[in-house]
Amino acid sequence: MAESTQNMEQHPTALQRFKASHFWHSFKIDRVAQFSFLIFLTYAILAISASFIAPFDPYDASQIDIMNSEIPPSWQEEGEEDFILGTDAQGRDMLSTILYGTRVSLMIGLCAVALQALLGIVIGLTAGYIGGRVDSFLMRIADIQLSFSTLMVAIIVLAVFQATFGTELYQQLAMIMLILVIGIAEWPQYARTIRASVLAEKKKEYVDAARVMGFGRLRIMFRHILPNTLSPILVISTVQIANAIISEASLSFLGLGMPVSQPSLGSLISSGFEYIFSGAWWITVIPGVVLIVLVLVMNLLGDWMRDVLNPKLYKG
Amino acid sequence: MIAFFVKRFFQAVVVMFVISLISFSIQDNLGDPLRELVGQAVSEEERQALREEMGLNDPFLVQYVRFAKKAVQGDLGNSYFFKKPAFEVIMKKLPATLELVFGATIIIVLFSVPIGVYSAINPQSWFSKTVMGLSIVGISIPVFLTAIGLIYLFAIELGWLPSYGRGDTTNVMGFWETGLLSADGLKHLILPSFTLASIMLPLFIRLIRAEMMEVLQSEYVKFAWAKGISPRRIYFLHALKNTMLPVITVGGVQIGTMVAYTILTETVFQWPGMGFLFLEAVNRVDTPLIVAYLIVVGAIFVVTNTLVDLIYGLVNPTVNLAGKK
Repeated sequence: MAESTQNMEQHPTALQRFKASHFWHSFKIDRVAQFSFLIFLTYAILAISASFIAPFDPYDASQIDIMNSEIPPSWQEEGEEDFILGTDAQGRDMLSTILYGTRVSLMIGLCAVALQALLGIVIGLTAGYIGGRVDSFLMRIADIQLSFSTLMVAIIVLAVFQATFGTELYQQLAMIMLILVIGIAEWPQYARTIRASVLAEKKKEYVDAARVMGFGRLRIMFRHILPNTLSPILVISTVQIANAIISEASLSFLGLGMPVSQPSLGSLISSGFEYIFSGAWWITVIPGVVLIVLVLVMNLLGDWMRDVLNPKLYKG
Repeated sequence: MIAFFVKRFFQAVVVMFVISLISFSIQDNLGDPLRELVGQAVSEEERQALREEMGLNDPFLVQYVRFAKKAVQGDLGNSYFFKKPAFEVIMKKLPATLELVFGATIIIVLFSVPIGVYSAINPQSWFSKTVMGLSIVGISIPVFLTAIGLIYLFAIELGWLPSYGRGDTTNVMGFWETGLLSADGLKHLILPSFTLASIMLPLFIRLIRAEMMEVLQSEYVKFAWAKGISPRRIYFLHALKNTMLPVITVGGVQIGTMVAYTILTETVFQWPGMGFLFLEAVNRVDTPLIVAYLIVVGAIFVVTNTLVDLIYGLVNPTVNLAGKK
């Protein structure tokens, strides 16, 4: 028992270390970061619990009545109590549809970025640690892929798939396709960042020490170097999630993403666009605002993190 | 210099080759050219004979070489829908897209350079802080929402500007339909250009500001101050020159992004350009047109990227032209 307390004093727990860190300290004094994080958390909770808190199930056709279509939000004159944010052109409750849509958008964003990070980390580590021909080959590919914008590649790939599969089959696969395409298209962002950090870390003594101790390449790469490159990964991840959500929304807006029957925020906005001229602004505007706030919050968090974790500005 | 040029040229050729391979495999796998030609009412034997005659049973490589030979001559097959050469159809829509990109570029340059420079010189002023705050909001708004917002405000509520199409166009030099020469055409160009510019504007303002601030900290600018050179000369001659270097590279890469966003902008504004045409072609499974778009846009990408690299190499003497590892 006594021994373990002694140990505790020597090695503070992860939580204690976190509380004493520069990261936590700057979070405590930055109002914008706290506010953004709070909003993001709210989004995440609402998205996860969408099926419990939404008053209707927008995927359930039996709950949808076409007679209820285009009812304005409840605070307007023609609004109805049941539909707080009004209904869309198919008679779905906007609030429920937006909650489900947020869940779809967030999920695609997070999964796509996870895929990017996975590919980018593996390729970046390999290129940086092994170096030589492997490095120049991988980075050349990354350069070329970066020179084509993600959206361009995604539009073309998804368009070709849609044309090959036919619209019906494509709609069933839409979510997976979106994750794959956005995930694969953006890996160079991660790979480049990680490669740069690896090149800097590789020269340090602890890597030499590990090599002398006879650890294998993979172990040094993933157990020793990778943890030291985490802060730049964290910084780009937030911005990448924001970008992925925007890409997904744009693709869905073009009709290449989520189908109207299972809408993300982007396809919801797209389906409302035709009605904006006839005065039904809420179908477009409300999900639009929800989307902008979500992306804005992610970008603000990313900006704050870059300031805090930027190794150029802060050296711990 | 020549080695650098050759290397970049070689890379461009390789990329174009990969694009053509991808395009060809799309054409090969998407849709049946035979059905487009003869319809359903032909017996299986005749079908096979025709396939053999058209060379559709040849090995992949043989077919690819045939495709590439034709593609180099600008022959990418006939569009199923328009019944005209796909390349011709795309080229007819190219001016509209280029004018849109042109309009957006002018707006970006006109706004981003003065705002970026001003906020770098006076980073603490309320104007700079507002600009920085607004720029992050700007980055967070998807382009189609900007478009919808602009249409709602200026076309529906205020009724000042048209919301779709290109308006009057004039024919210049026989093949270029321009909207830049008539008041109506220019009016139609305003909203789409601002929409397209809105994606890049925050990015460029931030970039110019950051680069300029860095340059202003450098030794040679301090030396210029010490020599007593006028502030205007230091800011706009000494500092701005070096600020523009990275801006050129990023700008070149962003041209590709702009082309992608023309698809979105053109869809919202029903602007009759290549992007709008491409989406229509996708919906109609018009394979030759899809392939033609891929190749034309791929070429635009490769040419601009190569040019930007070369310009950068010429402008920046510190770039390692020999490409030493």
